[in-house]
Amino acid sequence: MVENRPWSNLFAHLILIAGVALVLFPVYVAIIASTQGPGQFLRGTLPLLPGGHAIDNYRAMLDTGLSRAGAPPVGLMLWNSFIMAMAITIGKLAISLLSAFAIVYFRFPFRVFFFWLIFITLMLPVEVRIIPTFQVVANLGMLNSFAGLSIPLIASATATFLFRQFFMTVPEELLEAARVDGAGPLKFFKDILLPLSITNIAALFVIMFIYGWNQYLWPLLITTDPDYYTVVMGIQRMTTAADGDPLWHLVMAAVVMAALPPVLVILFMQRLFVKGLTETEK
Amino acid sequence: MASITLEGLKKSYDGKIQAVKGIDLEVADGEFIVLVGPSGCGKSTLLRMVAGLETISQGELRIGERRVNDLEPAERDIAMVFQNYALYPHMTVFDNLAYGLKNRGFKRHDIERRVADTARMLEIETFLTRKPRQLSGGQRQRVAMGRALVREPAAFLLDEPLSNLDAKLRVQMRVEIKQLQRRLKTTSLYVTHDQLEAMTLGDRLVVLNQGQIEQVGTPMEIYTRPATMFVATFIGSPAMNMLPVDYLKERGANGVLDNLPQGTDIVGVRPDDMRMQAPAQPHLVVESTLELLEAAGAESHLYVRLAGSEQPTVIRTSGQPPVAEGETLRFHVIRDALHPFNRDTGQRTDC
Repeated sequence: MVENRPWSNLFAHLILIAGVALVLFPVYVAIIASTQGPGQFLRGTLPLLPGGHAIDNYRAMLDTGLSRAGAPPVGLMLWNSFIMAMAITIGKLAISLLSAFAIVYFRFPFRVFFFWLIFITLMLPVEVRIIPTFQVVANLGMLNSFAGLSIPLIASATATFLFRQFFMTVPEELLEAARVDGAGPLKFFKDILLPLSITNIAALFVIMFIYGWNQYLWPLLITTDPDYYTVVMGIQRMTTAADGDPLWHLVMAAVVMAALPPVLVILFMQRLFVKGLTETEK
Repeated sequence: MASITLEGLKKSYDGKIQAVKGIDLEVADGEFIVLVGPSGCGKSTLLRMVAGLETISQGELRIGERRVNDLEPAERDIAMVFQNYALYPHMTVFDNLAYGLKNRGFKRHDIERRVADTARMLEIETFLTRKPRQLSGGQRQRVAMGRALVREPAAFLLDEPLSNLDAKLRVQMRVEIKQLQRRLKTTSLYVTHDQLEAMTLGDRLVVLNQGQIEQVGTPMEIYTRPATMFVATFIGSPAMNMLPVDYLKERGANGVLDNLPQGTDIVGVRPDDMRMQAPAQPHLVVESTLELLEAAGAESHLYVRLAGSEQPTVIRTSGQPPVAEGETLRFHVIRDALHPFNRDTGQRTDC
């Protein structure tokens, strides 16, 4: 704003600060809780200052986990989650890039029909088709496997649609120049379209990675072997410990570790965004 | 180096709309041909058909002795310069120039040598490592030219390459393109809607209108003897004035119009050929009222309305004539300055 109105400025900042505090407080509590000793939570008050057991808690969770509650070590679950999220992300990007390329740049029968078919599936969330999908995966013998965890979640209308929209903004002369320069369709895709889409790929990578990482219902359904538990669903198992109260200090350590990778992915990809935004021009 | 032959080339969309209606043209080896016409006349479509970016509906296209109708653009041995340059935005200037060579399997040191030679010729050596975004409009234009030159193709196709530049740069690049083409002697097809570009660049002009050739000839032929009324009014600025013969006879033609060719009912007069001083030869006299005086420095344009007629007419004189708007002026036109046409056929009648 151009005008300088100190009171309205102050007011606006107060509201913003209150909002930030509201969002950050649970995160803060989780971090604090993960540093407490075993007895703290039984007293009924929530400590707001860090305790001295941080290293013990995290090491215990990473190495052994809560075997009493049937949960494997967090280290293993983090690894499982990472593999699932990466498989979903890379699979989604590869498929949607190629299908958008086909829809935008090739003339084939029923092209528009296929586009709408893909577009319509945007309206169907995973939960709607979860029973038939489970049936298919079970019959294919993919329960308790990484393939079963990731493949059913790979098909993505959203990414296809976004890439289609982006490809349509790429000037047609670039394709023509490439044709005159002797580049076939795949060469054009690899040498020109992919480098130009790098910003979009980075953005979708973040979105898809978080989508894959946060999958809860699907891993819960198809994994019964603890070796394939993912961290987001594993946390749920920890909280429903059969005997006695949940060990909140350990659960919170797992929560903090589960929240870290998406943050890291965003931080890493953010640099790519900025780079992509400043270096390409349509 | 090759000639280009177009035989009955036609382009129709969905079998109905005809964008190009049968073009026959022989472009000699090393010739610079300019395709000129108003927007929508099919000149760009024609160029793109030669390039292979549009399919040919009918007719035959040969580059050299080879029939290339069904070949991919890359196989036709042509290079194209696009109106918006179409440089690859994520590649450096060097990579932009090298891309076509790489795809053709040139050796690395050959690529480097060729790019270096081309860059030197176009004076773009200093920005070989930059991206197109970091270049000015004129520099991008040079890179686009370079990308075409570096391949040493049989023919250059240029699609309004100067229309995105400012007026001053356009004149400069026009001169450079002409010099470059003279030096390299590569067959070139150049599309423009700018008749000044067309006149100054081409060895021959092809004037197109509604998908058909109106006239083919050297710039001076086309200027001095336009074959149709369309060419007469399209080439030359300000445009040629068209005066009905009946009107001129009514106003007293002094016998100047007596021996016009058969079928002439309208005559064209260039704005420069309407003189304010009476010449010694027999001449027409046209009376008119000055409506607007446009002083452009070295010359002036007089927008007049002919007496007893609603017809707007333009006259060009050198310097600034001592006249005021609203004044009645007399203009003199000699017989040799008249271009006789038939209004219905649009054709010139004295050929």
